[in-house]
Parts: sequence; C-alpha cells; structure tokens
Amino acid sequence: MAVPAPVLTMSGIGKQFPGVKALDGVDLRLLPGEVHALMGENGAGKSTLIKVLTGVYPADAGTIELGGATVAFGSPLEAQQAGISTVYQEVNLCTNLSVAENIFIGREPRRFGRIDWKRMRARANELLSRLELSLDVSAPLSTYSLAIQQMVAIARAIDVDARVLILDEPTSSLDADEVEQLFRVMRRLKEEGIAILFVSHFLDQIYEISDRMTILRNGRLVGEYLTKELPQVELVAKMIGQELAALERLHGEAKVFARPLIEARELGRAGAIEPFSLTIHEGEVVGLAGLLGSGRTEIARLLFGADHAGTGEIAVSGSQTSLRTPRAAMTHKIAFCSENRKADGLVPDLTVRENIILALQATRGWTRPVPREQQDELVGKYIKALRISPPNPEHLVRNLSGGNQQKVLLARWLILEPRLLILDEPTRGIDVGAKTEIQRLVAELSDGGMAVLFISAELEEVLRLSHKVEVLRDRRLVAELPNDDSLTTDVLMETIASGGRTS
Amino acid sequence: MTTLTLGRTSVPAKYLPVLVTGCLFVAMFLVGGIRYEGFATGQIILNVFIDNGFLLVVAVGMTFVILTGGIDLSVGSVVALSTMISASLMAGPGWPPYLVVPLVLLIGSGLGLVMGYIIHAFDIQPFIVTLAGMFLARGLCYTIGTDSIPIEDPTFTAFAQTRIDLFADMWISPSVVIALVVVGVAAYVLHYTRFGRAVYATGGSEQSALLMGLPVARTKVTVYTISGFCSALGGVLLSFYMLSGYGLHAVGMELDAIAAVVIGGTLLTGGTGFLLGTVLGVLVLGLIQTIISFEGTLSSWWTKIFIGLLLFVFILLQRLFSARTRR
Repeated sequence: MAVPAPVLTMSGIGKQFPGVKALDGVDLRLLPGEVHALMGENGAGKSTLIKVLTGVYPADAGTIELGGATVAFGSPLEAQQAGISTVYQEVNLCTNLSVAENIFIGREPRRFGRIDWKRMRARANELLSRLELSLDVSAPLSTYSLAIQQMVAIARAIDVDARVLILDEPTSSLDADEVEQLFRVMRRLKEEGIAILFVSHFLDQIYEISDRMTILRNGRLVGEYLTKELPQVELVAKMIGQELAALERLHGEAKVFARPLIEARELGRAGAIEPFSLTIHEGEVVGLAGLLGSGRTEIARLLFGADHAGTGEIAVSGSQTSLRTPRAAMTHKIAFCSENRKADGLVPDLTVRENIILALQATRGWTRPVPREQQDELVGKYIKALRISPPNPEHLVRNLSGGNQQKVLLARWLILEPRLLILDEPTRGIDVGAKTEIQRLVAELSDGGMAVLFISAELEEVLRLSHKVEVLRDRRLVAELPNDDSLTTDVLMETIASGGRTS
Repeated sequence: MTTLTLGRTSVPAKYLPVLVTGCLFVAMFLVGGIRYEGFATGQIILNVFIDNGFLLVVAVGMTFVILTGGIDLSVGSVVALSTMISASLMAGPGWPPYLVVPLVLLIGSGLGLVMGYIIHAFDIQPFIVTLAGMFLARGLCYTIGTDSIPIEDPTFTAFAQTRIDLFADMWISPSVVIALVVVGVAAYVLHYTRFGRAVYATGGSEQSALLMGLPVARTKVTVYTISGFCSALGGVLLSFYMLSGYGLHAVGMELDAIAAVVIGGTLLTGGTGFLLGTVLGVLVLGLIQTIISFEGTLSSWWTKIFIGLLLFVFILLQRLFSARTRR
C-alpha cells in the first residue's frame, strides 16, 4: 500500500516548562485525506503538542515540516495563514458577533476598502451549506447551541485553504446526533484531501472516524498505528502504560441498605425540577441518569442547598432540616463537586495544596488556620491516594491537566470526610485512565460507608458504579431502578425515552 | 445607518437598548413640549447639539474604548489640557490656529497612544492607567497656568461665532458640523472596516479574538489613541464654545461621557453597542439640562440627580438584557 507523502511532519519535538518536561522527542506525521487521532491520557502532552504546532508555544527542540519546507510559527495566525487551522474544545468565537462575521472576521470580503456585508453573508451561507447547515447568518452566534457554534468554528477553519485541520476535543459537549453531523463533515473534508488531526476521549468515536493514530504517554511518543490494526484494549493499555488489571470492570449491584442518610420528600423547585422523593442510604451509590437539561444538576443543587427548594422537606439522618445554603449542607457533611471545575471550583493561581485545603479551612473559620504540618500531611495523603500528577503540592493548579484538576477538586471535598458526596459529571473531559481511577475511588469510598450521588452523561459509567439509578426526564424524576442484572444501558435508555411509563 | 426599522413589529434584540434610549428621548421631548411654552421647536434639539458638541465627540472616542471592554478616565483632563494649550499658544507666542489645532490633536492622540501602549504592553487594567493619565493631564494644565486664559485670536473667535443658518430660522455652529462628521466617520469605521469589527470582537472575547488571529494588541492601542484624539478634538470644540483655556474646564466630563455611552445602550463589558446609541445618550443628557433650565426654579444640580437615576435604570436594564440573552 503506497502511503502518500505526509503534509506535515513533526520530528523530535521537545518542550520544557518550569519543572515539567512536557514533550520529549515526539514525532507526528499527518497524511492528506486521513483522520489522524492523537491519543493519550490527560497530561500526556497532546495539548502541548498542538500548541507547539500552531505556534502558541515555541518548540525547544525538533523540527516541523509543512509540505516539505521547514516552518516555525510565531502565532496561531501565522499557522492559519500557512494552512493549519485549529478548532479548540472551548469554542473560541465571539458570541456577540453574527455567524457570518465569526466565519470571516479578519478576512472579510471588501469592496473599495469597506466590508461587503452582502457578499459576506452570501459566502457564509455557501460555506455552511457545504457543511449541511442552514442558519440565519446575520443572527448573533449566541443564539445558537454550542454544537452549532462548533460547526461555525469549523466553517471558519476550512474557509482558509486549510491543509491541516486540528480538532481538539470537538465532541465533548455534543450529543449523538451532533457528533454524527460532525463526522459527516469530517468525512467530506477528508475527501477533499485535508489532513485532520482529531483529539477525543471517546474511544468509540476514535474507532469510528480515524484512520491512523499517534499515542503519547507522559510527553513521550509511544508509537503510530493504523486504527484498524490496533484493538481498543491494546490502545488503552498503551495509553496508560499498564496492563489491563487496572481496568478490571467494576460493577455496581443492587443492595439493600439499612440506614437512610438523606431523605427528600416531595422536594421541588418551580421551573427547575418537579417535586421528587429520594432516599440515599449510607454507603450507597445513587446514579442520576438523564439527558442534558433533564434536571440532574438541579437535584444536586437542591440537595446541597445551592438553590432553595420551593416545596417539600428534607431529612438528614432522620432529623428534619432545611438546607438553605451550601454552608448549612457542609455542616451536615454534604459535599458537592461541581460540573464546571473551572468556573465554580478551582482557583487556578493557587497551588495544589492551597486548593485542596480551601474547604477545610473554610469550615474551621479564618481565625483557626490549619497547621502547616497537618496541611502537608493531608495533602500528601490525597495526592498519593488520587495519584495526582505531578505529585508536587506546590505546583500551580493552572498548570495541571484537566483530569488532575478534577482530582484536586475531589481531594478538596474528600478531606472534609463527607457523608454524602455529590459528583456532577466528575469524568467529563478527562481521559480513560483518570476516569477509571475516579470510578475506582467512588467504589472504595462507598465501601467505606460514604454515600455518593453520581451524575454522569455516560450511562455505562452510571451502571458500573451505582447501586440504584434514578432516571430523569424533562425535569421530572420518572423512575427508580435497582441496579440488578436485568438493568442495562438499553433499559436505561428506553426508560429515559419512554419517560418511565412502561416500568 | 438602518438601525431603527420601526416598520416591522419585531425589532432584533440587539437594537433594543438603542430603541429604548430613542423612545426616552422622544418622550422627554414630548413632555417638555407639553409643559413649557416654546419648548417643542427644532432649535431646542439643535441647541442641545450646540451645547454638547464637544461631549458628543468625547463620547464617540469613549464608545470605541468601552466597546473593547476598556475604559478611559483621562478624557476630561485631556479636554482641559487641550483648551489650555490652545489658549496659551494663541495668547502667548501668538501662534495661528491652523498650527495650534493640529498640534493639540497630535498631543491628545499621543497621550492616548502612550496609555494604550502601557495597557497593552504591561497588561495593566485600563482603569488604573487612564486614572494616572487623568491626574497627569490635569496637572499639566496648571504647569501652563493656574488662571483662565482668554482666547482672542480673530480667526479662532470668528470661526467660533459663526452661525450656519438652516431653514426656518434654525441654525447650528460649526462645532456641530464637526461633531456630526466625527460621528459619521466613527460609525462607518465601526461598521464597515476590519478595525471596527476587531473592536467588537475584542470586546466580545479577547481570548477568542486573539485565537482567531485578529490584531488584538493593535486594536487596543488604537482605540485609546482614538479616544485621545477625540478628547483633544473635544477640547478644541470646547475652546470654541468657551473661548478660553482653563485647568478647571471639563471637570468630570469623563463621567458624563461614560454615562452617555451607557445610556446609549453600550455594554460596559464590551462587544455590544452602537454609535447611534451614544448620540442618543448625549442628546438625553443634554435634554435633561434643557428641561431643568426651562423649569427655572430647580437648581442645576438636579441634572446630576436625573442622570444618576437614569444610569441606575439603564444598568439594571443592561443586566436584565444580558441575563436574558445569555440563557
């Protein structure tokens, strides 16, 4: 089989950050008309490699060749002009501008020096129809969903004569249909001869779309493989660098628990969630399943006192209380690890130690600082238990990868020794290795008597961990299913779809 | 500008704040017309332009800055400095206006350029940099002189006192023409040039604008330069209006300019707003003054009270508005 000449070759790339060797001798080549997956755990160096390629960071070592000529980009703009376009995980567009502007800004069609709005809209429509989209291109981007915004970002990326398109976790916030649409677009671009570099944590997606993959681990190259020649299990093993023992399949099971910890009766909040009743026992893992916007987070926020319940009552360990503020919930030893770790949780400019100690300090009040020795001991313990990497308590959280940031957030709540831990999408956007670790941890914690309310968009994960699953639909709790052998993702999916009417 | 398409029932959401300000202006004008004899004439509106031409120009510069998400507190002081330099150069060495005015505009732009460069290069809050600029420019006025310097240059005063007659006994001053030209040019720049769109993009999300390959740094420096230029031009117009240079001219004008921009519907967080809104904002502020003077018995400080109340209402509106669009 003749392999066409690569469009882009990176060889021997090295990149050093203060205290961390982010990349060391990494090679990558992209062939025209191929989707190339870049695989690796969080912190393996994927993002750094992409940033070196697009000129965000200069490389310390190694060369980049584009179409046979050596290049070194000083900025993403230069890379773009050379035909390397990037669509990032967080959509980097200006939502205050119109769809058409977002596609063309910086290179608007002009006539006599003035922007030709009419032609811009026409060309935007043309370009979007190439992606099988029909939008009102003069409407502000903020009126469209995140998925559509992502497509607009891709439209922007391919309008310049892109030779290389980098998609950095484009699917993490898309639903199944939207992913399918994205893949259709990717296949079409592939036919046009564009080389696509694709980063995703969803292995199924990788196997569906990619032709070839490069695996990184700890900033080093593991190898380049043809996707169809590398079974999933081996891929995972190569990514985490261990044998598969670590991936032993956990499975939740239906158990009968004796001691109720939290009992919510007809708890509800107008506009957020209809009144529901829910009992969480000590040592029980309760999974919440439902689509995005079905009321999963709303339940968690009510139980944590972040929102006020309009109706109903709540009892903790049998005694009636009102959880009016998160502080009140914390005194009952309820902890909430939120979905959005960047916005509501971590302080990026503080160190790992400071971030972990924050909640503990808050419960003690500012007049009684936690002694440094105790801090070091506690932090050291959790860094080890959660395998936070790098295992340096004085490292700034900002410089940690997503999965490790999540672990820091988790450590912050675990240090309080909560009786109920609410985890809202703890594994979103993190890799397989960290995912399994967090799952393993949840299982261990519940064995130790902690109750866990586990929210995840991945049904499989919910099934793997939970003792019982609460199914939500349209802001209503529609079913409670014990996790016995008969419960499968299909059953769950059906329950979500039917709204629990059959059960 | 085709921003006010009242013919349709549904007005795009982005025009709503401008529309609200426009309605407010019309309502104030109607109320004034009903309450006071001789109020509802075209000349009243023209007088608002004549008395606030300099503020309009300054507010135009401020609009650029606020659209990028920044703020420029130095404008009032730069206005004062411009009047002071103009007056002293014409009074002392007797320089002709056609030398003095370009020089003043250059100095104003230069000050803006320096502040913009500091904001960009050292990544410092615009608030603090322009606050420093405000003290600096105000202080420089007093190194020129502590007293008011009258302007007696014949060309300058003749130009200042020119009346441009319109139809039906109405007239405007050359300053109004200059101010309207500035508004026109600025509106064109914001809407029809790449630089203008980069201003909006930078205000929408600086990070994104950077990653989309827009010249964010140049844009930021440029908007402060424009604001400096507009302040200097505002100073020249104020010299026409006052025929003097004085270190205590235009005290607090930066706040009037910010108020006008905000009342005109431009979000302080940047990225949203129209120049037409700023024009309406200045007109609303001017009309409040006119109404107070027609009322006769009220002290002019009531102007401040009304502006304060209006500002409260408008920032609350902005909050409601942005909360709704974010959903």
